[in-house]
Amino acid sequence: MSTLTAPGTSARPVAVEISGTTPIHQIVAFGAMVTLLVLAPFVVYPVFLMKALCFALFACAFNLLVGYVGLLSFGHAAFLGCAGYASAHAAKVWGFAPESAIVFGTLVAAALGVVIGALTIRSRGIYFANITLAFAQMIFFFSLQAKFTGGEDGIQAVPRGTMFGVLDLRQTYTMYFVVLVVFLLGFLVVYRSIHSPFGQVLKAIRENEPRATSLGYQAERYKLIAFVLSATLAGTAGATKALVFQLASLTDVHWTMSGEVVLMTLLGGMGTVFGPVVGAFLVISLEHYLAQIGSWLTIVQGTIFIVCVLTFRRGVIGELGRLLKKPL
Amino acid sequence: MNVLRIVTLVAALAVVAAPAHAQISDGVIKIGIMNDQSGTYADLAGPGSVVAARMAIEDFGAAKKGMKVEVLVADHQNKPDVGSSIARQWFDADKVDVIIDVPTSSVVLAVNQIAREKNKALIVSTGATSDLTGPQCSPNAIHWTYDTWSLANGTGSAVVKTGGDTWFFLTADYKFGHDLERDTDAVVVKNGGKVVGKVRHPFPNADFSSFLLQAQSSKAKVIGLANAGADTINAIKQGAEFGIVKGGQQFAGLLVFLTDVHALGLEKAQGLLLTESFYWDLNDRTRAFSTKFAERHRQAKPTMAQAGVYSAVLHYLKAVEALKSDDGPKVIAKMKELPTDDPVFGKGMVRADGRKIHPVYLFEVKKPSESKGPWDYYKVRATVPAEQAFRPMDQGHCPLVKK
Repeated sequence: MSTLTAPGTSARPVAVEISGTTPIHQIVAFGAMVTLLVLAPFVVYPVFLMKALCFALFACAFNLLVGYVGLLSFGHAAFLGCAGYASAHAAKVWGFAPESAIVFGTLVAAALGVVIGALTIRSRGIYFANITLAFAQMIFFFSLQAKFTGGEDGIQAVPRGTMFGVLDLRQTYTMYFVVLVVFLLGFLVVYRSIHSPFGQVLKAIRENEPRATSLGYQAERYKLIAFVLSATLAGTAGATKALVFQLASLTDVHWTMSGEVVLMTLLGGMGTVFGPVVGAFLVISLEHYLAQIGSWLTIVQGTIFIVCVLTFRRGVIGELGRLLKKPL
Repeated sequence: MNVLRIVTLVAALAVVAAPAHAQISDGVIKIGIMNDQSGTYADLAGPGSVVAARMAIEDFGAAKKGMKVEVLVADHQNKPDVGSSIARQWFDADKVDVIIDVPTSSVVLAVNQIAREKNKALIVSTGATSDLTGPQCSPNAIHWTYDTWSLANGTGSAVVKTGGDTWFFLTADYKFGHDLERDTDAVVVKNGGKVVGKVRHPFPNADFSSFLLQAQSSKAKVIGLANAGADTINAIKQGAEFGIVKGGQQFAGLLVFLTDVHALGLEKAQGLLLTESFYWDLNDRTRAFSTKFAERHRQAKPTMAQAGVYSAVLHYLKAVEALKSDDGPKVIAKMKELPTDDPVFGKGMVRADGRKIHPVYLFEVKKPSESKGPWDYYKVRATVPAEQAFRPMDQGHCPLVKK
């Protein structure tokens, strides 16, 4: 399957699925994931799970771009962080309800995605990574200096509020299931985009852009749409995260966050549907359970990254999919 | 009849005694020490604060009194998001009853919100923002050791009075720096001085050259350092390379800890005026405490932040013992009710707005020739009595204080 082949290494022809039916094993995997996530908060600390879910959505959004279009953005933190600031500010200062705050944050990220995307999409490879990083650094500096973001302090004490006027988000479990629904919606949007004719064009561009162009597809336009979609979903993740932690801070716009999402995606499996989710849970668990060792954490993360690149390049889910001979 | 009496008595005893045990949540008093374990503020609080907390638990005699006390430690890396997720996790999952220490004002305010939301207790020793007993004061929090107002009041007014009447601020660009700059600015102006400029540097920062050049070209007599820890050390060290002091300008370190002076060395730090509420060589009690502390912490004398943690843990345990409960706001109320007495600050009290009151000292850093040995760094220039050392309650705009 095309979803298994890393860009540029493909020897097999790209299989095209236009049948519209979802393979049974993916339905099973999705069902297992939903069941686990519904049951998890009763066993594991819910706030930790919410964090992991927000990052899972972020990684899925990132994966849409890197895994299926082959564009490595090194500035995705800009969308995550900006949406976080926007939704935090909307909820705290303008008194938006949580659902409107999330939508507002998402729209801000989308708008930012259009601007940055339009300016960067013509470049590719390392140039694309560098230019997106440059934009993200501008956003970081803006967040540091702008009045409303609170600089180093961030926007604190963001009210979670009551969603749709009935769901009291101050209750941890209510908040959790709202986050879960947001995540699943985002996940399904990514899934649908990948498994649509649009997604096939993206993969075709990834495999061979001149050929896709010669077939009459306007590659740049497709890439831009994918970029904006990815930015938008990253924004949803950031906006939701700000409500969960009642805080929007510089950490989310810092370049290390852009690096972290690369790690999540690679570890889980680039270009797989479930990989980014698994990767996000792995990385967040590491950070969570190894927080005691302080700054050594980055060394542990680095080691894992090296081991991953040396021994299982396809990531956890990628390798699993290869063993099962089924794309996951 | 006799049996019935005994049964009633036992039943009554059980009723009286039961809540006393039941109210210590899960039978353990859990103290969370949250601070910077490895970064800019690790030396002045960090692992030393943990040592101080453990010493307080031992000196209180918790084990002998049958109280189970546990200490948890976390590194918040000076980031509000890390701090607030640790606080949530501690209160929700790990059943921590009180968070103590917390440097970095931006983190302090984030944790303060969470302690209030979860109805637990927070005692701040290293964090400085005077807003904690001002607009952001809470029935769940006490500000223990010092604050930006008392620093400004001590160092700021002393420097202006000795002729330093034009100021340029070099400010760490976050809550603490802003507050310290604001409070010092007010003191300088009140004493007839003038602020000619200010520049804000990122936090944490390693290269101060462009900021120092701005300060130098401002021609202000005094360069006020509204930062702390490694930032202050770097600014003073790099300032020496630019010849700032030789050029006739003077640094005023608005928050300098003993460990900072130790890192700078007396050669560079001599003559620096600074405000602290504790110094190891003040009296017999502080000397005895500090010797014990040094034995357990790399032979280093405690900073006021670390000594504050000791004093805070001691008083917290006294209040829990008196109350027989570790319920957050109740213990805080009890702590305000009981007078404080410990080797660190002597006798004192906690005000209604959550401000712990004790004398504050203006120190001058000794010349190398005056120092008799390691850690012999300060001489007392002035003592600010407890009543004047902190912002009067009616000026803080704390909602807990009835006007």
